[in-house]
Amino acid sequence: MSAAALEHPLAKFIRPSARTTANCPGCGNGILAQSILRAIEELGLRLDDFVFVSGIGCAAWIPSPSFYADVLHTTHGRPIAFGIGIKVALPHKRVMVISGDGDLTAIGGNHLIHAARRNIAMTVFCVNNGIYGMTGGQVAPTTPLGLTTVTTPFGNAENPFDICELVKGAGASFVARWTTYHPRQLVRTAKKAIQKKGFAFVEVLSQCPVEFGRKTGIGNAVQMLEWYKTKSVGVARAKDMSAAELADRIVVGELVDIEKPELMETLEGIRRKAMASS
Amino acid sequence: MRKEAVLTGRHFMMGNIACAEGALAAGCRFAAGYPITPATEVAERLAERLPVLGGTFLQMEDEIASIAAVIGASWGGLKAMTATSGPGISLMLENIGFALGTETPCVIVNVMRGGPTTGIPAVELQGDVIQPRRGSHGDYQIIALAPSSVQEAFDYTLEAFNLAERFRTPVFVLSDAFLGHMREELIIPEADRVPIVDRKVFPPDADAEELAAFLDEDVAPMPVFGRGHKAHVTSSCHDAYGRRNVVDAQALDVFIRKLHGKIERHRDEIVRVASDAEEAEIVLVSYGTVFRCARAAVEAGRAEGLRLGWFKLGTLWPFPDREIAALAARARHLMVLENNLGQLFHYVQAAAASRCRVSFLPPRVLGELHEIEDILKAVREVRA
Repeated sequence: MSAAALEHPLAKFIRPSARTTANCPGCGNGILAQSILRAIEELGLRLDDFVFVSGIGCAAWIPSPSFYADVLHTTHGRPIAFGIGIKVALPHKRVMVISGDGDLTAIGGNHLIHAARRNIAMTVFCVNNGIYGMTGGQVAPTTPLGLTTVTTPFGNAENPFDICELVKGAGASFVARWTTYHPRQLVRTAKKAIQKKGFAFVEVLSQCPVEFGRKTGIGNAVQMLEWYKTKSVGVARAKDMSAAELADRIVVGELVDIEKPELMETLEGIRRKAMASS
Repeated sequence: MRKEAVLTGRHFMMGNIACAEGALAAGCRFAAGYPITPATEVAERLAERLPVLGGTFLQMEDEIASIAAVIGASWGGLKAMTATSGPGISLMLENIGFALGTETPCVIVNVMRGGPTTGIPAVELQGDVIQPRRGSHGDYQIIALAPSSVQEAFDYTLEAFNLAERFRTPVFVLSDAFLGHMREELIIPEADRVPIVDRKVFPPDADAEELAAFLDEDVAPMPVFGRGHKAHVTSSCHDAYGRRNVVDAQALDVFIRKLHGKIERHRDEIVRVASDAEEAEIVLVSYGTVFRCARAAVEAGRAEGLRLGWFKLGTLWPFPDREIAALAARARHLMVLENNLGQLFHYVQAAAASRCRVSFLPPRVLGELHEIEDILKAVREVRA
């Protein structure tokens, strides 16, 4: 068998100079990276149709530097704000942000809610591993109440965010949640999110066996995926469940899919009006 | 409102508006900002004018997002700027460092106000003079220009864009509350007489894997997004191809030195000073609106027989150290006038070394301009 025949079908999307990974063994990043690239492939799009933007943290290293496309690896928490400038300059390109829960909801929370409010055409994948992985397992705004981390040695005193509810409340036109146990559903949703005319947000619960699994006692990557499988409940079924029943469950599926005015279109209308009136 | 980008003609205009017009004449088509006194008129003017020119102004959720969007738009191929004041600059500094590290052309206007902290929004202070030079973390070189008139608010903002494009770097315009809100004559030339510099870009089919896009002291071509160059852009330590390297001190050494060298090597092309100090014993060194007091004091002092001269720093960064050294070799005394407690003074002192005496004169009340009589009194004391 020739070497070419062994080439991974998505290898063409990977930057030639970046064919190694810095991810820990068992990390969920690879599942999401593949799901996104499969969605792009199945839609018949090219990576040149996109500009990828990421912040700081493990998830930010999904597109940077691996995706063979224009990639902007930004400061901590700010990828969405950078992405807005890119989208205005290149309205015909698709801007995709891939970053972590710490990046997008803690330090970058303000940009997340305002981008959702603006409903700017942009796809955001938020990799939620429930912890700060890259810096060694500190508490995040998504860490469950009571969990012991290196900065909450006596247990986390704070409630975690429901990120999807936050983004929904801020006004996004598409919101979905899956876990890395659901790669096929993730590909389907990613295709919708990419095509959505508006702010499309996908939260992906993803295992960090090294920092999260070990510290919570949930275990290794396989055990964490089992945990996602056991705890996940589809959005349709969740509708008939009580708050108490849903307390420790992960509601997965497409939570919001609505039509509303999109920023780039609104801005174009304003430009036309301004040009005509002057 | 006229719809051309260059408002050719003679105007009676506010400094902040002139600043916005300088940007538009330079080709700025994207601006993002957050309201702040005394800079807001720059944003308001851009918000009114940009859509007419096919451009965009966005009011962002904060200054951090503003400079981020500006940098993003610049990578998307637009000339872009933001305008703010001290508190906004404090918030922007991390991302300004990002622009330096990724070699992103953009312009940041700081209409300086009275600080520290919230201070007094509508009172001028030259309080943020060192901040652009050292405010972002790490070791770097920056360009900063300080206009002293409404004409210069226009000219220097235009020049700031040209320098940003030429050197692929963020450039500061250090205006202030007096100048921002002052109205005086402005002459805007014919559109074809406006000097315009555009960034060097990647050739159409070039791939960022094969053509170096960073860390060239003579300025690498920019692989602007959306044109198929597949650029990898990171502000983390990287090589000439944009490949991240966060393990190797040797790579960091190259990263810092090349970015530094890019400005340092071309400092003669960047630095602009002006002077009228040929026969002067005592030279008043100043910049920005304080220069107007210095020049007036020189005229008044000469009328009473004092051998006075003035030296104006148009560029604050890179610091005109050689020009100051040459001046110090000719003069007996340099008196540095600033509307602060002595920021650039220390740099002037260091550049003059022991060639002549150097003293510092703040205004009687910080936030007010120097009284001519106070300056002359200080000059007479120095002479005695």
